[in-house]
Amino acid sequence: MTEPIVRLEGVAKRFGDVAAVDGVDLEIGTGELFALLGGSGCGKTTLLRLLAGFEAPDAGRILIGGRDMADVPPHRRPVNMMFQSYALFPHMDVTANIAYGLRREGLARGEIATRVAEALALVKLDGLGARRPAQLSGGQRQRVALARALVKRPKLLLLDEPLAALDRKLREGTRFELVRLQEQLGLTFVMVTHDQEEAMSMATRLAVMNAGRIAQTGTPHDLYERPASRFVADFVGIANILDLGDGRWLAIRPEKIGLSVDRPETAHAIAGNILDVAYEGDRSLYRVAVKGGPVMLVSRTNMLRLERESFGRGQHVWLGWSSDAGQVLNE
Amino acid sequence: MRSQARFAFTLLCFGYAFLYVPIVLVMAYSFNASRLVTVWAGFSLHWWRALFHNDAMLSAAWLSLRIALVSATCSTVLGLAAGYALARAPAFLGRTLFGSLVIAPMVMPEVVMGISMLLLFVGAERFLGGPDRGFLTIVIAHTTFSLSFVAIVVQARLADFDRSLEEAAMDLGATPWATFRTVTLPLIAPALGSGWLLAFTLSLDDLIMTQFVAGADTQTLPMRVYSSVRLGVDPQVNVLATLVVIVAATALVVSGRLTRRR
Repeated sequence: MTEPIVRLEGVAKRFGDVAAVDGVDLEIGTGELFALLGGSGCGKTTLLRLLAGFEAPDAGRILIGGRDMADVPPHRRPVNMMFQSYALFPHMDVTANIAYGLRREGLARGEIATRVAEALALVKLDGLGARRPAQLSGGQRQRVALARALVKRPKLLLLDEPLAALDRKLREGTRFELVRLQEQLGLTFVMVTHDQEEAMSMATRLAVMNAGRIAQTGTPHDLYERPASRFVADFVGIANILDLGDGRWLAIRPEKIGLSVDRPETAHAIAGNILDVAYEGDRSLYRVAVKGGPVMLVSRTNMLRLERESFGRGQHVWLGWSSDAGQVLNE
Repeated sequence: MRSQARFAFTLLCFGYAFLYVPIVLVMAYSFNASRLVTVWAGFSLHWWRALFHNDAMLSAAWLSLRIALVSATCSTVLGLAAGYALARAPAFLGRTLFGSLVIAPMVMPEVVMGISMLLLFVGAERFLGGPDRGFLTIVIAHTTFSLSFVAIVVQARLADFDRSLEEAAMDLGATPWATFRTVTLPLIAPALGSGWLLAFTLSLDDLIMTQFVAGADTQTLPMRVYSSVRLGVDPQVNVLATLVVIVAATALVVSGRLTRRR
């Protein structure tokens, strides 16, 4: 990790009886695209709002660029945020929305115009400066919100569910677009999302949150292949979790398990019967009832177009995996 | 089905007739040529001309208009402050009490408000030597009850206001005051406008409270009309009523437009 731009030390925030953020320690490096991933109510948005300054921590310290943010109000923080609802000012046109932050800095008119034009070009919205937010599509609004935050040239950009309000097709394209912008501008992004696929595909590192705490921090690869707990194994992707006894479990991904008619040569093998087959086009997911064990999920990529489905419901099959296919967990 | 629809329509007409026939009659009779209010004697603009030469009536109208303008403006400013505090301030001690106290003047009988205002001004005169009862005391009294309406309208508008807009402004470097000025105020301006109009109409036709605090030589338009009606109705009153209906209806329409426009 590079020089940290954000450092959280024992940060906690309660709302009434609920501990929204409960003792979080975290470092985010300069130039990272860092994702906070978790279900609703896990504290990820509160953490983002603590960084932006909309909430004050009950305990702990927040440092941005090495400076303690305890007494720094939102309008003096070196961060900008893109809101989930975009929060575009409905009474201003696109140009005025983007220029808003620059006007607060008291920049000269000419400079503001130049930078707004640059920002519009950056998000490919040239020519739409005179529109009102209500006259834009969802995707265009998202890009105005992005331009409005980026035009201030913050060292750190906070994004609250940046893609949640877009439809599926648009979301996939926008993912790459955000990553490209982040790399091109050399900024640090901290993004909150509930969508693990989004977090995995975009982030350089991510933190999985659960009940106000960070369950695990790491690269997408770390979290997927070496989850630290059953929670993370189950939250990120799909995992079969086998009880090994003595408070130990084995987490194994469906695609790491081989499916065969005859007993395989692998280190581990169990027999079972196929309960269900879910055909998803690119792959098929099999639910297999193992004798004396849980129902296991196994996936197979459908590589051949004309291949006839070789495994059917009710069929007796063997499951096999190598000794390093899964991760042993202690919690 | 059709007979049911016709039945509902008939009921509707009946209801509206109940509400508006008296008003329409008053307006129609303002063009009556006869001196008698109840006897139609042909179309004439005589009473319209008479009213516009009736100096006592005109000066009362001018006074009422000035009082309404000033008190509506004062109650908009104070009502904005109260409504903003109720909607935005973090829970403070006595907030519920404060909320009820702001609404109280709306439900309090006007006679009670009038007496208490009068006592206040009499006391103020004795101990502070003023203000003299007249324009200023009427403005103060009207502001007192109109500001409740403004506060309620503002509070309601702020309650369904997207807070993230204000947060976005602050995030972009706006101080709390700049945020209020550039984002909050423009977005609640329609509510303020309709609150102002409401306060304006309330002040324009208030009679009861005004009578308590007006003093001896001040006569507002409602007071003037009331006393002239007691001396015998003159069709000039119909003309006046027509004018008031037009002004009030315009205010109502504008106010409705402002609140609906989001």
